[in-house]
Amino acid sequence: MAVRVRVPTPLRRFTAGVDEVPAEGASLKAVIDDLERRHPGIRERLLDDKGEIRRFVNIYLNGDDVRFLDQLNSKVKDGDDISIVPAIAGGR
Amino acid sequence: MATISPSFQQSPAGAKPEIVPAGRAASVLDLIGNTPLLQIRRLTDGILPPGVRIFAKLEGFNPGGSVKDRPARNMLETGVREGKLRPGKVILDSTSGNTGIALAMIGAVMGYPVELVMASNASRERKQIIQAYGAKIHFSDPLEGSDGAIVLCRKIRDENPERYFKPDQYNNEANATAHFMTTGPEIWRQTGGEVTHFVACMGTGGTVMGTGRFLKSKNRAIQVLGVEPDDPMHGLEGLKHMASSIVPGIYHENELDGKIPIGTEEAYEMVYALGETEGILVGQSSGAAMVAALKVARSLREGTVVTVFADSGDKYLSTNLWIGWNQWRGKRAKK
Repeated sequence: MAVRVRVPTPLRRFTAGVDEVPAEGASLKAVIDDLERRHPGIRERLLDDKGEIRRFVNIYLNGDDVRFLDQLNSKVKDGDDISIVPAIAGGR
Repeated sequence: MATISPSFQQSPAGAKPEIVPAGRAASVLDLIGNTPLLQIRRLTDGILPPGVRIFAKLEGFNPGGSVKDRPARNMLETGVREGKLRPGKVILDSTSGNTGIALAMIGAVMGYPVELVMASNASRERKQIIQAYGAKIHFSDPLEGSDGAIVLCRKIRDENPERYFKPDQYNNEANATAHFMTTGPEIWRQTGGEVTHFVACMGTGGTVMGTGRFLKSKNRAIQVLGVEPDDPMHGLEGLKHMASSIVPGIYHENELDGKIPIGTEEAYEMVYALGETEGILVGQSSGAAMVAALKVARSLREGTVVTVFADSGDKYLSTNLWIGWNQWRGKRAKK
């Protein structure tokens, strides 16, 4: 399954500054593993040492927060849009 | 250690502190500042040497609920004094929350319309509070963070420069000056001049710059330390990872004695701990400030560490801050 992943500013150092990158996988977890292969270092920013989505990271699958779907096991289809959004905006 | 000045002594166990009636105020603006300084005791019990104490300045006691009331008031009053803010002007700035709340509140009192630019993922409570004060919000792309809000704000102003007064908290010296004039002197007075270390989180850098300058003007030996997220990708609302951000014009790193990187998860857990042990509900930046203050205090043999709890926690109840709370409680119960 080929999907598009929108990358927030603080993670673009892993994607050579690009704000949208392709990735593949049948589940969100597989997509993140693929992202890690293509952009080493990115997974650790998204997942904690237990392999769960970090508390301050929100991931949206076609606009829906994956915490309200099936978390990392959420199924992904061809052409889906995934957005990674830090839980905060930064700067007071 | 140094003798504790009388005004700074702990009340004897069981003694009821004198209750001072609140003063009468002609304007909500007169209620800004003079916030309490709380000694953090239970959380540090048995961890710190007897000569080391930690105090936190409770900025949630400001009428707008955060430390940002101070710079916001000073930036607007300075704007009026310099003739840049005058009737007919609209106050415009980029802010993810607390400064926006402060500008909206103070703008309402001073009679100026306020428009704010923020990333659309700012907490729901914040957006509603700002709108309750009558201000208008422009939303920027959440993927671009606070830098995206800064860029959109510039665009709005450049399209109609005469219409707006932009306090520009990142580059307005009145931001840091507010802390030089109020936060610094309050801490100096409240500790009876015994403060040895000042530890504060950095967003614009205003708090750490202004307060630090004042404290060093009283005693050059006072160590001034800035707290920042340990990674550009973080969840500490209001804080900036300086090395990867647009560096604020009022921030001068060479004035700091050091920077302390703090992880998001440890800061969140400190927020939970502060609620359950000290009875204060604070925001995530206060958790980071407390983790940093503890790190500093644990390295000392004696000293008085003062930090700033920038706001209270009620604005964050709907945010990711509380996602790990149940897990944390479970972990604690097992100990």
